Amino acid sequence: MAVTRADVLHIAQLARLGVDGARADELTRELGAILAHMEVLSQVDTPIVTPAPGVEAAGTPLRADSGATPDISGTLESIAPSMRDGFFIVPRLATHEDAAENEA
Amino acid sequence: MSVKPYSDLRAAEIAVGVRAGQLSPVDVVQASFDRACEMGAGSDNLNIVLSADDEASIAESKELITRRDTATDLGLLAGVPVVLKDNIATLGLPTTCGSRILEGYVSPFEATVVTRLRAHGAQVVAKTNMDEFAMGSSTENSAYGPARNPIDVRYVPGGSSGGSAAAVAAGITPIALGSETGGSVRQPAAFCGVVGVKPTYGRVSRYGLVAFASSLDQIGVLGRSVDDAALALEAIAGYDPRDSTSSEAEVPIYRMSALGIPAPQAHHPDTEALRVGRSAVPLPPPPHSRTLEGVVIGKPREYFPDSLDPSVRELCERSLERFREMGAIVREVSLARSPLAIPVYYIIAPAEASSNLARFDGVRYGLRAPSVAGVRGMYEETRSRGFGPEVTRRVLLGTYVLSAGYYDAYYRKAQAVRALIADDFRAVFASGVNAIFTPTTPTPAFPIGAISDPYEMYLNDIFTVTANLAGVPAISVPIGRVRHLPVGGQVITTHFDEYTMFRIAYALEASLGREAHQ
Repeated sequence: MAVTRADVLHIAQLARLGVDGARADELTRELGAILAHMEVLSQVDTPIVTPAPGVEAAGTPLRADSGATPDISGTLESIAPSMRDGFFIVPRLATHEDAAENEA
Repeated sequence: MSVKPYSDLRAAEIAVGVRAGQLSPVDVVQASFDRACEMGAGSDNLNIVLSADDEASIAESKELITRRDTATDLGLLAGVPVVLKDNIATLGLPTTCGSRILEGYVSPFEATVVTRLRAHGAQVVAKTNMDEFAMGSSTENSAYGPARNPIDVRYVPGGSSGGSAAAVAAGITPIALGSETGGSVRQPAAFCGVVGVKPTYGRVSRYGLVAFASSLDQIGVLGRSVDDAALALEAIAGYDPRDSTSSEAEVPIYRMSALGIPAPQAHHPDTEALRVGRSAVPLPPPPHSRTLEGVVIGKPREYFPDSLDPSVRELCERSLERFREMGAIVREVSLARSPLAIPVYYIIAPAEASSNLARFDGVRYGLRAPSVAGVRGMYEETRSRGFGPEVTRRVLLGTYVLSAGYYDAYYRKAQAVRALIADDFRAVFASGVNAIFTPTTPTPAFPIGAISDPYEMYLNDIFTVTANLAGVPAISVPIGRVRHLPVGGQVITTHFDEYTMFRIAYALEASLGREAHQ
């Protein structure tokens, strides 16, 4: 299954990665070369193998979802770039049509 | 207390000295910083330290003195300086994962392993350089420049925990924490001539470890000696309700294995002497037993291929001969599906990474690129600027193998073959083999910049990645040098049998003595 340039541009879009033309060509070659080494797996007979959910025979233990949440409220102010009234101030997105006006 | 320089002291020696009031934690930490300067740990030379805060560390040392003076138990690692790989969350220092996308990011909480280290009296002195998001085998993929091997600065220290291994090798700290997904503790340990442990999946809490591939990730320890590593693992291991994958299995006193006692015993006469409690003082490094009577060690033929570097093979054969001399039975075994491990790993790990790294989008953490084309444009611009070439490659590879039309051919197939690889290990251990011995890496360290082909770099993990896929514990121990470069030998045991792993490693270390570093 050869990787095409169109594949690379498609998966870059899925992965939210901006890939320009020259880099797309390079990645097409690189991913194609790497995936060629994976073809060996198609030769392995695995008709009755059930992929294990965990690495142990017993799988991952199931427990109540009751882990304590650390109290980080005291440290928020020290790590936040900017806060007001207990809320984070985040940069505006340029897509907000009124961003320029509000910034002004 | 000792005429040894601080950089030669083992963790247990420091703990004994600090607990007894013969060593000052402040002096110990200051000695670490002095050693870092002397060895050139900064970006202009070895480039193994990404962040440190001398004043905060000294202040913590003074608190340790208060704890001692008020008769509070100082723990297993009283006053022992430690460095942490920069993907382990800390409150006071940034956690960058070696990436631009997390440049300057300071976590609002700390990892459980850090809390446990502090509870045991350890002193965190620095965060170390690493391959970006732990993706690499040489620490050349760091956004902050490549780290260098203190044995020879022209060579890589291995990766991705290269900074942690190099810090231990340089004598800055006797122990360090790293993380493993496919060999990222054992491979740099081998390249730098130190001991590296990947515990069983679930043995150590990963709460606060920045996720790369969640079915494989595990925090590991590096030490100047087997005893340093055993002490460090004992301090951090154990169940943590904040990590649903952590195990409730009891943590044995690993150092007991140095006495040659075949299995952990809660009431053995030496137990209390080795256990560090409120009123007890840890013994110096225990005498290493050189008896392996009745231990069966498997030599898997797939890990000794014809193409193996002859010098590495020779050093491994010497170690196997030492095992025989100590009474062990060495038996040839087969892990037939292990040669498929690299293709399996490089499908599963990138697939999980593509999901785990989706959270770095410019909204919640670190870097945010100025938006040029809406929110989607901001995501793409941030991630393209923030991620380096290897992370980009693996995220795309992972997205590809998970995408419609390729999922069954790649991801599902890789999961099935992974189960077969794990079955091979189970079968060998079920046949009466107590441990498996292999080279840690096919070759010693390579020069910086020598490998440019991504798949050739991936092959560095060929002997380590299987333990991650099977979830079993493994240790790399120095077994000699080729020219002047260290070589590691690997001991693998079954799930949660770190005790036997340490017992064999202690014996090998004692048997080789200085030959391990010649």
